[in-house]
Amino acid sequence: MKYRGLLLANLFRKKTRLLLTLGSFAVALWLFSLLALVKQAFSGGVDLAGVDRLVVINRTSIIQQLPMAYRDRILRIPGVKRVTFDNWFGGVYQDERNGFAQFAIDPENQREVFSELVVPDDQWQTFVKDRQGAIVGADIAKRFGWKIGQRIPIKGTIFPGTWDFNIDGIYHGKRSRDDQTQFWFHWDYLNERAKDLVQGQAGWYTVQVENPDDAVRIVKAIDAEFANSPYETHTDTEKTFAAGFAKQLGNIGFLVTAIGTIVFFTLLLVTGNTMAISVRERMGEFAVLKAVGYSDRFVMLLVLAESLVIAAVGGVLGLLLATGFAALLSATPMHNFIPFSHLPASVALAGFGMALLFGAASGFLPAVSGLRLRVIDALRRV
Amino acid sequence: MVRVDGFPNGSSLISVRGLDKTYQRGGEDIHVLQGLNLDVEAGEFVAFMGPSGSGKTTLLNLLGGLDVPSAGSIKVSGDEITNMSRGKLTEWRARHVGFVFQVYNLIPVLTAYQNVELPLLLTRLSKAERRKHVETALSLVGLQDRMNHYPRQLSGGQEQRVTIARAIVSDPTFLLCDEPTGDLDRKSADEVMELILRLVREYKKTVLMVTHDPLVAERANTILHLEKGALVEAGATPGMWAGSAR
Repeated sequence: MKYRGLLLANLFRKKTRLLLTLGSFAVALWLFSLLALVKQAFSGGVDLAGVDRLVVINRTSIIQQLPMAYRDRILRIPGVKRVTFDNWFGGVYQDERNGFAQFAIDPENQREVFSELVVPDDQWQTFVKDRQGAIVGADIAKRFGWKIGQRIPIKGTIFPGTWDFNIDGIYHGKRSRDDQTQFWFHWDYLNERAKDLVQGQAGWYTVQVENPDDAVRIVKAIDAEFANSPYETHTDTEKTFAAGFAKQLGNIGFLVTAIGTIVFFTLLLVTGNTMAISVRERMGEFAVLKAVGYSDRFVMLLVLAESLVIAAVGGVLGLLLATGFAALLSATPMHNFIPFSHLPASVALAGFGMALLFGAASGFLPAVSGLRLRVIDALRRV
Repeated sequence: MVRVDGFPNGSSLISVRGLDKTYQRGGEDIHVLQGLNLDVEAGEFVAFMGPSGSGKTTLLNLLGGLDVPSAGSIKVSGDEITNMSRGKLTEWRARHVGFVFQVYNLIPVLTAYQNVELPLLLTRLSKAERRKHVETALSLVGLQDRMNHYPRQLSGGQEQRVTIARAIVSDPTFLLCDEPTGDLDRKSADEVMELILRLVREYKKTVLMVTHDPLVAERANTILHLEKGALVEAGATPGMWAGSAR
């Protein structure tokens, strides 16, 4: 602590340079956090996927439907506990920009199969009895200010016309990262109003198995059951399905890692150069410190400490910026794609760790030159 | 007593024997110091003179443990410093040597107080004890009212006095001054020399000083000339004892 004055005095030596270096770290950390949020948003489904759930889609494409009769045939396969089905609706609320995920669901099994998304019993019962009823995620309800009992119009894009729904309930995820942006309504309602398009078929099935260890066998059994039929199936675990879905959007992980690496490498060059200039300017002072009895190690640690303090403060500023930005995003349509209203602790910790790592790396070479500095050489230069 | 013949007749504080220093420049060996002997008793004030490149600063650097000789030995208070590791030498410097450089070499972002406190941060002294020492050193150099000033707010002479305060604050065994008045006008140079003389006379400090200026050198009680890598005594000077009358 007694060296704090020396450290602070050196840090504040050139305030503009300090601010710019802090700013470099802050912007880099902000960008890193944002990219990490995007990555998590795209891969989040993989982490959250139920280990006991399988997804059955049409082998040709997910947009091709499957006969409703498949439900009972899947249920007969040993090890299958429950089957539910969904159809993608693809509507918008009030404005084209207000797109979000709407699913026509099977009220009989949806709540049991997706038990992590909790709907209070009374609200669920109201929904079951209401043909135009809807259950909405807490986040989407908050975004549009929907209340239970409210009647709202959704404009269909795949299924034409305006569809009126009654908000009968709001679901909450058990885990903080569960998706709370979905909109569920009765498949029967969809099938009745758009019979020509739905044709009594399901978009896909979600199968709950008794024992996750049997998943591979059941996957094979389902696909074998419908092999050589007009509607062959492709079954996967929900985790694989989510991963494949995320992959269709591109290798987000690679993109994020590549951009992050470039940003941090640039930061390393900028801050490393700044630290090197700062140390070069102070060679005479370091020589004096050594002359009066400060060790080589002390000088090295002093330079490293300066670099780490800048990295830590800049990093925290960047993370605060990112937190504010995430909160800001949650009030915009972007929230559908990046469903975070705060910075997850894992992202914050990883970001802070990266900042410290790059702080240490950028200070390393200047610190070593401080370590190796010979007093007489430095004094001769003064 | 100061001797350069290698035959001391008393107990020397600093004892140098057969000191050699050779530099390599452009593949050529340059022998700066050759077989140099020196004995300095405690309380002496020695001035080293000689032309540029004669090795005055090299000798001072060797005596202060900032550089290592090519051959020979340097003993200070019985400690052989030429065999010390870099780390040990650093610790030894902190305890025994106070440096005053030509260019004041104060840390510009620290106040006079903080600059003087620097050597004490390496000790186990408490904050209050450090404050007492710093205030004493600054009042000794007449700058107690400037302790919160930054170097840029001080004149050249004042900066050099702060450097002297920093050099004496930890009560080192001896002071090494490399052209302490080289960057000062005559008035400021006189003030600084008065201060150094006071340290020798009143506080019995041992001072070894390099200077080009004969008027400054005259203040020392012994002037030694560096010639062909060895020291030659020029004799005791009356200046030392003339004191403030000069």
